Amino acid sequence: MSETRTIKIEILRYRPEIDSSPVLQSYRVPCPQEWVVLDALDYIKNNIDSSLSYRWSCHMAVCGSCGVMVNGEPMLACKTFLREMGDTVRVEPLLNFPIERDLVVVIDDFLENLKSLKPYIIRKTEKPVEEGTHLQTHAQLKRFKQYTLCINCLLCYAACPQYALNTNFIGPSALALAHRYNLDSRDEGYAMRQEIVASPEGVWECSFVGACSEVCPKHVDPASAVQQMKITSTKDYFLRFLGGKR
Amino acid sequence: MSRKPYIRPVPKTSWYMKYMKHDRYKRYMLREVTCIFIGIYTAIIVLGLYNLSEGQESFDLFMATLRTPGALVFHLFALSFAFYHSATWFNVTPQAMPLMKGDDFVSGSLIIRVHYAAWAAVSLVILFVVGA
Amino acid sequence: MARSHKPIIWGPFAAGGTLAALIMPVLIFVTGVAVPLGILPPESLSYHRAVAFAGTWLGKLILFVFVSLPAWHAAHRARITVHDLGVRLDNIVALVVYGLAATLTITAVVALLRI
Repeated sequence: MSETRTIKIEILRYRPEIDSSPVLQSYRVPCPQEWVVLDALDYIKNNIDSSLSYRWSCHMAVCGSCGVMVNGEPMLACKTFLREMGDTVRVEPLLNFPIERDLVVVIDDFLENLKSLKPYIIRKTEKPVEEGTHLQTHAQLKRFKQYTLCINCLLCYAACPQYALNTNFIGPSALALAHRYNLDSRDEGYAMRQEIVASPEGVWECSFVGACSEVCPKHVDPASAVQQMKITSTKDYFLRFLGGKR
Repeated sequence: MSRKPYIRPVPKTSWYMKYMKHDRYKRYMLREVTCIFIGIYTAIIVLGLYNLSEGQESFDLFMATLRTPGALVFHLFALSFAFYHSATWFNVTPQAMPLMKGDDFVSGSLIIRVHYAAWAAVSLVILFVVGA
Repeated sequence: MARSHKPIIWGPFAAGGTLAALIMPVLIFVTGVAVPLGILPPESLSYHRAVAFAGTWLGKLILFVFVSLPAWHAAHRARITVHDLGVRLDNIVALVVYGLAATLTITAVVALLRI
């Protein structure tokens, strides 16, 4: 067993009642082998400075609450081991979002966008319960399965330059979730979602940087979803000219 | 309590250096500027076609211009940027056009390799047609 | 929200990007490096050979596609790059870059028809 080293955690803090802009504050914390960034934040909150604000819930990369910038890269605080970092670790609120307080960001825009894309199964007519469940083959499930793993942690938004340059962009994970339902064999909501997906603020704001997919902690590939939707939207657009309708 | 969210300024001209510092953003900008070389080279071909339509004298002069050091340096740069465009374009084809076979996806590396093979084949055909 | 007309631009952009990826390195190598340096004999791009190729309808079609699609691809990517570099005059930029691509294409068509 190696000795526990001490590291410096620099946190970008913003206390709206006293700060006019965010300021860096440093804390010295122990750093046992098994600690992740979230453990260090808990240590600070419990032992050094109870005024520190941050979001977390599950501590196991499932809830998607604890996304922060660690040394400039969007990461889940609960999944980022300090042993892989140097002696100074900088923790900042997720990029591209307004800061509510300390590491807590405002995600209202995303929630609105997600809602507008109707991320649930839509049927033109509901199948009566007595007719049983909707069956799916392995292939039908496989088509969309990776997108169901999204935990809405918003690391992809923090990594997306197009969202940074234009926050009206619907953005990676919301579009990936729309794609997830579009691909679902039980779903019939494609045309409704297209109203948003194929709008100027939808897939067309993406320039395929691919950063969203690189930073996703659940290995979802939003960049892939968006490119696929560009292709289907393009086919759609020209089919409409030919009188075809989807 | 009233809210006062703080919006961090985004440096609109230098975001890929000062705001988003990861190398992937510089690689992205490098990929995007390949268009300058492809655009200029396309213009050079059009210039060549125009000279071709003007007659032998014009065309020979155009071909002589291509032998100048400046033209050579430009084309060597253009060649490397064109390679970068090809590689970055083909490397993301599995993302843009994933393919399912049976119950599973065709492996991304296979899709990429097929595209590289097509790239090599097309290049060889063009080389053969011009060189023959 | 209204549907975007981007597909008109993006369709040729994607096609042009694919075509450019396939042909640009070898074309640049042939016309810009190999023939000028004598790696390939100068006769391979002689006036008579070039006219013979561009004189056929198949040759004209190939040259037209090889010019117009990559030009459009480059134009659209340039528009995005200019935006990425912080210029917020998108309509003017679009007009300029697509205008340049169209000019190249029209010039190529006129030249090809004269050959």
